[in-house]
Amino acid sequence: MFKRLAEKGPAIAITVDGRKVTARVGDTVAAALLAAGIDHCRTTPVTGAPRAPYCLMGVCFDCLVTVDGVGSRQGCLIPVREGMKVETQLGRREAGR
Amino acid sequence: MIAAADLASSYELVIIGGGPAGLAAAALAARAGVSTVLFDENPGVGGQIYRAITSTPVADRAVLGQDYWDGAALADEAKASGALIVNGATVWSLDRQRLVGVSVGGKARMIEADRVIIATGSQERPFPIPGWTLPGVMTAGAAQTALKAQGLVVDGRTVMAGSGPLLWLLAAQTLRAGGTIDAILDTTPRRNWLQAMFHLPDFALSPYFAKGLALLREVRAKVPVHRVDTMEAVGNDRVREVVFSGAGGTRRLPVDLLLLHQGVVPNVNLANAAGVAHVWNDRQLCFVPVLDADFGSSVPGIAVAGDGAGIAGGTAAAERGRIAAIAAVRALKPDAVVPDTQAIRQRLQREEMGRAFLDWLNRPADSFRMPEGDTIACRCEEVTAKQVRDTAKMGCEGPNQMKAFLRCGMGPCQGRLCGLTVTELIAAERKTSPDEVGYYRLRPPVKPITLAELASLPISEAERKAVER
Amino acid sequence: MTRTADVVIIGGGIHGCSTALHLALRGLKPILIEKDYAGRHASGVNAGGVRQLARDLHEIPLSISSMDIWERIEELVGDDCGFESHGTVLVAESEAELAGFRERVDDLNLRGFGHEELIDAAELRRLVPAVSDRCPGGVVSRRDGAADPFRTTQAFRRRAVEKGAEVVEGVTVTGLSRNGATWQVETSAGIFEAPKIVNAAGAWADRIAAMLGEPVPLAVVAPMLMVTSRLPAFIQPVVILRGRKLSFKQLGNGTVVIGGGHLATPWRDSNETVLDWHKLAISARTVWELFPAMHEATVVRAWAGIEAYMPDGIPVVGRSSTSEGVFHQFGFSTHGFQLGPGTGAVMAELIATGSTNTPIDGLRIERFSTKDP
Repeated sequence: MFKRLAEKGPAIAITVDGRKVTARVGDTVAAALLAAGIDHCRTTPVTGAPRAPYCLMGVCFDCLVTVDGVGSRQGCLIPVREGMKVETQLGRREAGR
Repeated sequence: MIAAADLASSYELVIIGGGPAGLAAAALAARAGVSTVLFDENPGVGGQIYRAITSTPVADRAVLGQDYWDGAALADEAKASGALIVNGATVWSLDRQRLVGVSVGGKARMIEADRVIIATGSQERPFPIPGWTLPGVMTAGAAQTALKAQGLVVDGRTVMAGSGPLLWLLAAQTLRAGGTIDAILDTTPRRNWLQAMFHLPDFALSPYFAKGLALLREVRAKVPVHRVDTMEAVGNDRVREVVFSGAGGTRRLPVDLLLLHQGVVPNVNLANAAGVAHVWNDRQLCFVPVLDADFGSSVPGIAVAGDGAGIAGGTAAAERGRIAAIAAVRALKPDAVVPDTQAIRQRLQREEMGRAFLDWLNRPADSFRMPEGDTIACRCEEVTAKQVRDTAKMGCEGPNQMKAFLRCGMGPCQGRLCGLTVTELIAAERKTSPDEVGYYRLRPPVKPITLAELASLPISEAERKAVER
Repeated sequence: MTRTADVVIIGGGIHGCSTALHLALRGLKPILIEKDYAGRHASGVNAGGVRQLARDLHEIPLSISSMDIWERIEELVGDDCGFESHGTVLVAESEAELAGFRERVDDLNLRGFGHEELIDAAELRRLVPAVSDRCPGGVVSRRDGAADPFRTTQAFRRRAVEKGAEVVEGVTVTGLSRNGATWQVETSAGIFEAPKIVNAAGAWADRIAAMLGEPVPLAVVAPMLMVTSRLPAFIQPVVILRGRKLSFKQLGNGTVVIGGGHLATPWRDSNETVLDWHKLAISARTVWELFPAMHEATVVRAWAGIEAYMPDGIPVVGRSSTSEGVFHQFGFSTHGFQLGPGTGAVMAELIATGSTNTPIDGLRIERFSTKDP
C-alpha cells in the first residue's frame, strides 16, 4: 500500500507477532506496519472483522495494538523503539487487554 | 524528553494541541511572561497541517510545498519563546474548573490552569460508505500524514475519492513524490456550484483562489477524474475494488488503497466534555463551539482556537491562536506588552474570506453523510445506519439515548467517527434539525487511559484518609 | 389548558416510571412529568446493580419484593432489561472484616432473612477466581445480579404508556396548590390536576417537598462510575467491598464497570457533574490490588449521575406528613435502582387501596420532622 521515498535514517528492529520488522527512526508503530505491508493490525471485538490503521491522527482507534505487553495502544501515536514488541489484537478474545 | 514528574502542579496557561493555533498562542503568551505549557499528543509539534515539521524525511521542498514549510517558523518561534512544549502528552480530561488530566510516558497528572486554550484542531469528516471499515481503505489525511512524517508514498493501485481542497493537495503531493494515482472520484454534487457561485467574488480575492486552480490543473493533467454519485468499497478481508456510479453508469476499479476525504470538521471531544456550549453550523455541517470575539467559550477561562473553533485553515488558525493568547495575557498579566489585535484581526479576516465559497462548493451530498442499510455508522461498535434509523423511528430522540440502545459512540473513539452521522441520521428520521437533536454528551477520559496510568496519579495520605471510611 | 389525571407523578426515573406502570395496571390514569427525559439522571446512568445484599433492615422487605419482580421482569415490561443473575459477592479483605460479616448474616438469619450467605475462601475463589489470594471469604447473595439501567427505565416507561399512562417530558414543575380534594400541579407546560401526587423527583425531590411545607435534609450527590474497554470474560458476579469503596462488575459485552460511591461535584441546576480524578485513582488502585488481571485495562469513560442522599442513607417512601393525597418516593441514597420495580408496586397499592402489607414504616418522612409525631 505504501513505499518509502528513500530508505534512509537509522534502521530500528521491532517484532510484530514475533516476526522481525525493520522500521526507521521517525516511524510510529502504525507507519511501520504499513511500510512493512502488514495488512491489518487487529480484529474487532464485536464481529471479529479485520481492521487496519484508518486515520493515522489519533482519532479512529482502528490501529489499536499491544505494545510491549500493554494492550489497546494507539499505534499511530507511539514512536517505534529498538526491540519493541508489537502484537496484533484478536477481537473478543483479548480486546482491551 | 519531559516526563510527567517534571511537570508543575499548575500553570497560568495550558494550551492543548501543537498545531498552528497552539504554537502561535504558546509563543505569544510565553513571550509576554505568562507561564505556559503546551501539551501535544504527537511525537513532534506541527499538528496535522505542519505534521513532523521539525523531522520530516521529505527533503525535496517542492513535494510538500511552500505552505507546509511556512510552519517551520511557527515551531521555531514557539520553541524560542520559553513555553514548555511537551510532546507525547495526551490530555484526557478538562473540566469547568480548568483542571487538566494529562498522561506523559504512561504516568498521569492533574494540572491546574488559570486559563486554557483548546487548540485540538480538526479531524476528517466521517465518510460512511459501504466497506469503509475494510483494511486498505484509509483517509486522505492518513496518507498525507504518512508522507509528511515518514516519507511513505502510496504504492500499488490507488484511488482517491471525495471532495475538498485537501484531496487535491494530497493528490498533487503524491504525484510530486513519484506516486501514481489510478483515478480520482469526485463526489462534489454539481448543484453545489449554484450556491457557491454567490461567494466566488470573495474567493477570487482570497489567497486560496490561485493556489486552488493551480492544484486542479496539476492533478487533472495526470489523473483521470470521474464525477460520482454512489461509491462502495468491496472486498472480504481487505478492499479489492471500488464500485462507483455517475452519469456514465456503474464502473468498477481494482484497488489496493482507497483514500477517502470529504472535508474536515472541528474536533469537539475535549471542549464538549469540558462543558463548552456548541451549536450546529449548517454551512459546514458540523457542531462548532459558541465563542466570543476573542475565542472565549461559554466556560470561563477556556478558549477554543484554530480549526476547533470552526474550519478556516492553518494560517487562520495561527491568527486565532494569537487572539486567544492575547486575551489570556490581558487577563493574567494586564501590564504585559502584547501585539495589536487590530492587525491580527485584519489578517484573519483576509484568510477567512474565501471560506464561504469553499464550504458551499464542498458540502458533501446527503447520501455520503447519511448512509442507508447495512453501511456501518459506528465503526467501533459496528452499528449500522439501518439500526440507527430504525431506533430513531421507534422513538429515540437523541444520540445519548441512542448510545444506551445501540452502544454507538461508546467504543474507544468516543463518537469521533460516528457522532455527526448519528446526529444527522436521527434528525433526518425524526424530521427535525441536527441542532435540535444535539450531539453526544462526551465523558472524560476523552482518550482512553489505562488503569495503571490512572492509579499513578499522586495521592496524598491526607487525601486518602479523607475519602475512605 | 388544564389536564386531569388520577395521579400526577413528578419525576421520570426508575421509581416514577415503575409507579406509573403499576398504577396503570390497577386501572388508574397517571400522568408522569419529567423535567428532562426518562432515565436522564441516576436511573439511567447508575451501575446497574440489582442487589439485595448488604441492605438496611428497613428496606429489606422492599428489596425482596423487588427481587421477585426482577426475576420476571420481561413478563412485566416486555423487555429482559439486560438482567442477568450471577449473584453479588461482598469480599472480606481481612479476617476481622469477615467476622463482622458473620455477625450480620447471623442477625439476618434470626430475623428470618436467608438471602445473605457467608462463604469461605474456597467458595469465594470458586465464585470469583480472579480475586486476590489474600481475601479470606465474604458474603454472597445468589439471586442478585445486574441490569442495564437506561434500558430498564425506558422499558418501564414504554410499558406504562402502553397500559394507559401519559408521560410528559421536558416539563418542569413550578408550583403545587390545592383546590378542595384536587391538587393542581403548575408546570412550564400548564396545569395538571389530580387528587393524588407522587413525588419521585430524585435529587430535586426536596424542592417538591418544600412546596408542601415539608422540608427534608436531602443531599445532592453524584457517585462516580467508570467503564473499561471490552475484556475477555473473567468474572461473573458483582463484587463489592465494605472497608473501601468499590463495586465491580463485568457486563455481558466484556466491559467492566467500576464504581463504589466516590463522589463527583454535582451541579443540579445545569445537569452537570465535575468528576474527581484523584478519587477515581483510588478506585483504580483498589481494583489494581484486588484484580491483578486488570492492570492494563483501559478506562474509556467516567461519569456520575445526580441523585438524592438522605442523612440516614435510606429512602423516603410513603404518605406526606402535611398534605393529604401526596406520596413520597425519593432519597434512595445511591442504591435505589434494584428497589424501583417493587417500590412502584407498593406505592401503587398504597395509592389505590389506601394501605400496603409491605412494611415501609421505617421509611416515613416524619423521621426528619423537628417535632416527632
